[in-house]
Amino acid sequence: MARSYIVDDPERKRFLLDRETLVSETVLREEQERIFSKCWIYVGHSSELKQPNDFVTRRVAGRPVIFNRDMRGEIHCFLNTCRHRGAVVCTEREGSRRAFRCIYHGWAYRNDGALGQVPGEEAYKGEFDKSGLGLRKPAKFESYRDFWFLNLDPDAPALRDYLGGATDYIDLVIDQSPSARMEIVAGAQEYDVAANWKLMVENSVDDYHLPSTHATWLAYMANSGVKIERPTEGRVLPTKGLAVDLGNGHFTTDNVNFRGRPVAAWIPIYGEEAKPEMEEIRRELWARVGPERAQRIADTNRNLVIFPNLVINDGSSVTVRTFFPDGAGKMHVSAWALGPVEESESARARRLDAFLTFYGPGGFATPDDVEALELVQQGLANWQDDRWTEMSRGMGREGDQLNSDEHHLRIFWRKWNQMMEAA
Amino acid sequence: MRNDITRTDVEDFLFREAALLDEWKLEEWLGLLTEDAAYYVPPNDHPEGDHRTTLFILADDIVRIRERVKRLMSPDCHAEYPHSRTRRMISNVRIVGVDGEFVTVAANFICNRFRRYERVREYVGAYRYVLKRVGDDFRIKERRIIIDAHELGSLGAVSFIL
Repeated sequence: MARSYIVDDPERKRFLLDRETLVSETVLREEQERIFSKCWIYVGHSSELKQPNDFVTRRVAGRPVIFNRDMRGEIHCFLNTCRHRGAVVCTEREGSRRAFRCIYHGWAYRNDGALGQVPGEEAYKGEFDKSGLGLRKPAKFESYRDFWFLNLDPDAPALRDYLGGATDYIDLVIDQSPSARMEIVAGAQEYDVAANWKLMVENSVDDYHLPSTHATWLAYMANSGVKIERPTEGRVLPTKGLAVDLGNGHFTTDNVNFRGRPVAAWIPIYGEEAKPEMEEIRRELWARVGPERAQRIADTNRNLVIFPNLVINDGSSVTVRTFFPDGAGKMHVSAWALGPVEESESARARRLDAFLTFYGPGGFATPDDVEALELVQQGLANWQDDRWTEMSRGMGREGDQLNSDEHHLRIFWRKWNQMMEAA
Repeated sequence: MRNDITRTDVEDFLFREAALLDEWKLEEWLGLLTEDAAYYVPPNDHPEGDHRTTLFILADDIVRIRERVKRLMSPDCHAEYPHSRTRRMISNVRIVGVDGEFVTVAANFICNRFRRYERVREYVGAYRYVLKRVGDDFRIKERRIIIDAHELGSLGAVSFIL
């Protein structure tokens, strides 16, 4: 049994986190084995592969993979490495290919993974069996409503069971589309943050930081005529927001919207001309799913974390964001916009514009989040002399848990700690 | 201004703009823009995309450009406080089209950005401007900055006016 990295004391209502978890290369190696090789890790969305033979390549938890459709349209995930000597076999970012051919010695794989041509095959004697030398797949590869995940652990539970209560919140995003089909919009935001990857998990749901970290975004909203109520009674922003435990280490914020939403809460930034179409989007939604669910979809915003490293922010717009460590003090982030497939040109343009008001490397908020995380990482050089992170906010609160407390951060760290101890 | 615009006219203007940006004289820089100016940074993987159908890094109309400047001049703009130091090199300036009062200009740039305790971040790419002739001078109607890097990666953010 490994040591515990947290002090979780319900009696004294204190929760402390050992900062070694954020700086140690040893911890990082153990995470690769106990977290990233055990959990379901997001790979991509069906909509990125529109036609048979379409592929994209990317790194998933640091591993180069091919995410593609074969000739029959079936979706696969392959480790992007030649079975011969290990070279990456597909070097293009995206495209359409019936086969992937390694440039090194010319081994060629069909897009269903099977090994086809091997130059000079007659030189192999003995037990050279091409049928066993197709591109390697992760142990498991499953989808939930077009979101595809891999798992490197053959004993992992089914994806659906793993996601558990998180599926309700994924459904709230998908139900924005009248046909229940969402798509990833072209244009990826891929950037590094000089901070431990787990700080991005915390930041994605931590609404306590909003007024201080995002003061200029709040000023921009106010300058643009968006009404922002200043809350009271220990709440920070927004006036009513919850942190919800979804089980299995997943959690979400669930906030009354104040910031405008493409589906469909108008704010002045969208312009007067957007009003009729947004009213129509609301009418369609209310008629289709009924008032109670429509209100949840349109008039709340939610930042959802699927343990360990997928974030779906359904806020100013919808962003799908994943990240993985490259060293204890650095992560790679990939983020995309998600929208209904049948969205009109004007609604899509509004969704993308709304995205940029807040999110991404040129947004009015994300760069300040990144700055905060990098300042944490810099400060943590003192970890041996100032060892414990204070994460007790709201501990012992009865009933509903607040988005501006640290309840949901503790959910993450308890799950993380449990998995790290389990080895 | 003469009828025949020369590369030097355009270069002088771009150099003037670069100096204002490097000196963080952003209010003054706003004066170089038209009342309907736009500022775009396309995503690294779709540099030729349209901001209405493609997720950009940044796509501002004039209203948001002005809001961006307010943000950048605030000490609460944490990503740029204290301000980065930047140094822009602009070269290979070409006039690629003239349409009435509008001049389309292409140029290459390197923008080095320095922050305390950080390694230099080197933004390399192409500028594409639509300039409007105003008397003897220009105003910027559109500035589009195409970053050559395949992903933003270690550049991190476009938190300043690139």
